[in-house]
Amino acid sequence: MKTPFQNFTGIAATMPAANINTDAIIPASFLRTAHADMGKGLFGLLRYDDEGKERPDFVLNREPFRRASILFAGENFGCGSSREAAAWALKQFGFKCVFAPSFADIFYENAFRNGVLAAVVAPEDLEALTALPPEGNVQPFFEVDLSAGTIARMDGTVVAFRIAASRRDALIRGDDEIDMTLKHADDIAAFHAEGLIARPWLHAPLTQKERS
Amino acid sequence: MKTLDDGRDLLFVDRHVLQETTSAPAFEGLRRRGLRVRHPELTIATQDHIVSTEPGRTETTNPQGRELMTLMRRNSADNSIRHFGVEDPRQGIVHVIAPELGVALPGSVLACGDSHTSTAGGLGALGIGVGTSEVEHVLATQTLALARPRAMRIDFQGKLPQGVTAKDVILHAIGLFGIAAGQGHAIEYAGEAIRVLPVEARLTICNMSIEIGARLGLIAPDEATFAYLQGREFLPEQAVLDRAMASWRMLASDAGAGFDKELTVDCSKIAPQVTWGTTQEDVVGIDRPVPDVGAFTDAAQRDRATEAMRYMDVVPGKPLEGLPVDIAFIGSCTNARLSDLEAAAVVIEGRKVAAHVRAMVVPGSMSVKRAAEAKGLDKIFRAAGFEWRDAGCSMCVSINQDVVGPGKRCIATTNRNFENRQGPRSRTHLASPAMVAAAAVAGAITDVRKMIAS
Ligand code: SF4
Repeated sequence: MKTPFQNFTGIAATMPAANINTDAIIPASFLRTAHADMGKGLFGLLRYDDEGKERPDFVLNREPFRRASILFAGENFGCGSSREAAAWALKQFGFKCVFAPSFADIFYENAFRNGVLAAVVAPEDLEALTALPPEGNVQPFFEVDLSAGTIARMDGTVVAFRIAASRRDALIRGDDEIDMTLKHADDIAAFHAEGLIARPWLHAPLTQKERS
Repeated sequence: MKTLDDGRDLLFVDRHVLQETTSAPAFEGLRRRGLRVRHPELTIATQDHIVSTEPGRTETTNPQGRELMTLMRRNSADNSIRHFGVEDPRQGIVHVIAPELGVALPGSVLACGDSHTSTAGGLGALGIGVGTSEVEHVLATQTLALARPRAMRIDFQGKLPQGVTAKDVILHAIGLFGIAAGQGHAIEYAGEAIRVLPVEARLTICNMSIEIGARLGLIAPDEATFAYLQGREFLPEQAVLDRAMASWRMLASDAGAGFDKELTVDCSKIAPQVTWGTTQEDVVGIDRPVPDVGAFTDAAQRDRATEAMRYMDVVPGKPLEGLPVDIAFIGSCTNARLSDLEAAAVVIEGRKVAAHVRAMVVPGSMSVKRAAEAKGLDKIFRAAGFEWRDAGCSMCVSINQDVVGPGKRCIATTNRNFENRQGPRSRTHLASPAMVAAAAVAGAITDVRKMIAS
């Protein structure tokens, strides 16, 4: 069991650039130890200068976005390296969901595995959400309703996001992927046993030949 | 092996390959669950990302990487997993050793906690790059649940001109179609230009699938594939291998399949490619200028290109040729196999690296290193002024001690030119081994075709 995903209201930060890669989300220099502080490393080289001081113009260094839990991002978010630390860093910083017009495949899976909602929002809907309402002084609070599949801005703007029903339900239940798969343990064992006879080159133990 | 209720396929993982930077939390998770590795006999592990590449290095040469290396070694030992550590003659980059050891096989499902696992697609294997939770999933269950990707086919037509390599072909394709073209797809690389490529070059093509947005990429196995596999260390005994071959020949003949997306590349006019920006689609032939910002009609794209040019310190509308480089790096799972080193050595032989350039060769594996030494390539590189190092990822990801340095310009045979990829504020130009060798000698980005012609 994982912590089930619950509807919430939170602050959204916007990073509209397309193709934000996982090297940018968590640079390799923050990943040299087993228990690095990922939340601190999030967007590390965008967030801090060479001396390690915060860059004041970076969105997450400004109020109220230091407390953001929703990220509005551009196309192909999370491309590049498979490093799951990208999802860990977002989560440890406090992000519960990322909305973008599209996601890179591996990041999408990694986010889901960590209970971070990654969901697709049409570009025009994202624009509608991130454009300031006429009076311009509304705080960037948004309500995320996973079962309804909607994001609502406090002024009443509501847009829908897309996620496969099975993924949505798994997040709401807090399903653990490994537990789910272990329910098929007998089938897996049978498949392997059959493979030992039918496809021994794949299923028999790897054995090394004499080195010449 | 079966379809799950949610429509995903549960795949049995025939081969699982581990590296030190993405596996430690997976083993921790396994312990928390009280589970053991389900099929350690189908699993191998190596240290590649954070290892020092200093010749004669040990696990302590890079003190910063020691913790992750020790964990890889200990987790492997505790779970009876074969481990090829820095001292092992088979150590090397995961995607280099899986094919060369005969661990990756046609038709096999191979998983690895690394986005370039599709490299094994060059042998007709289904190489799946996964995150750490999925590594844990494979360790615990020997399976992966995968949403069936859409099918995409890229047909590479025509003959490659002189001086043009697999690296140029795949960079050119990324330039044409963009870095997100393959999102949600598995790519089959096909066509006459692919068929004549040697297996190592096919591995280079499939390696960069993730750079065109696809998690999976493969090339149908053929006689060249089977010849490549002969004598590999972990192949099954001959009788079993004969049965395997028969089944692989069936695999190759699965033509007539439908594709959701079909693209074509004319290879006959490709020039050696060099990237000018900070994504792999920012690429031009060496005989062409960096685009003018005005060429980007979309405002967001124009802004991004402008920013990339500023970061890279290149001039719009001007050629890259003649741009001085500080570092020339030959290495990585894309281009550090024997044939890559040979291609570079041909250019280097009898020449010297320019005085201001740091030039290095980091072979993809210790086996590659030995094979190159047996052919005397090390002598050629050293005589020219190249460092001749031990195997690892090195300056491809700069998570060990090998970094480019702030503001420095590097031409590299690697696969990612992202901002800060080779260390903070590094500038990376991706190119083929021959082009990197040529730049090392010229001291600046140059057209290798002029050097091999003269
Ligand atoms: S060489 Fe580079 S791309 Fe390949 S596995 Fe190592 S870090 Fe990743």
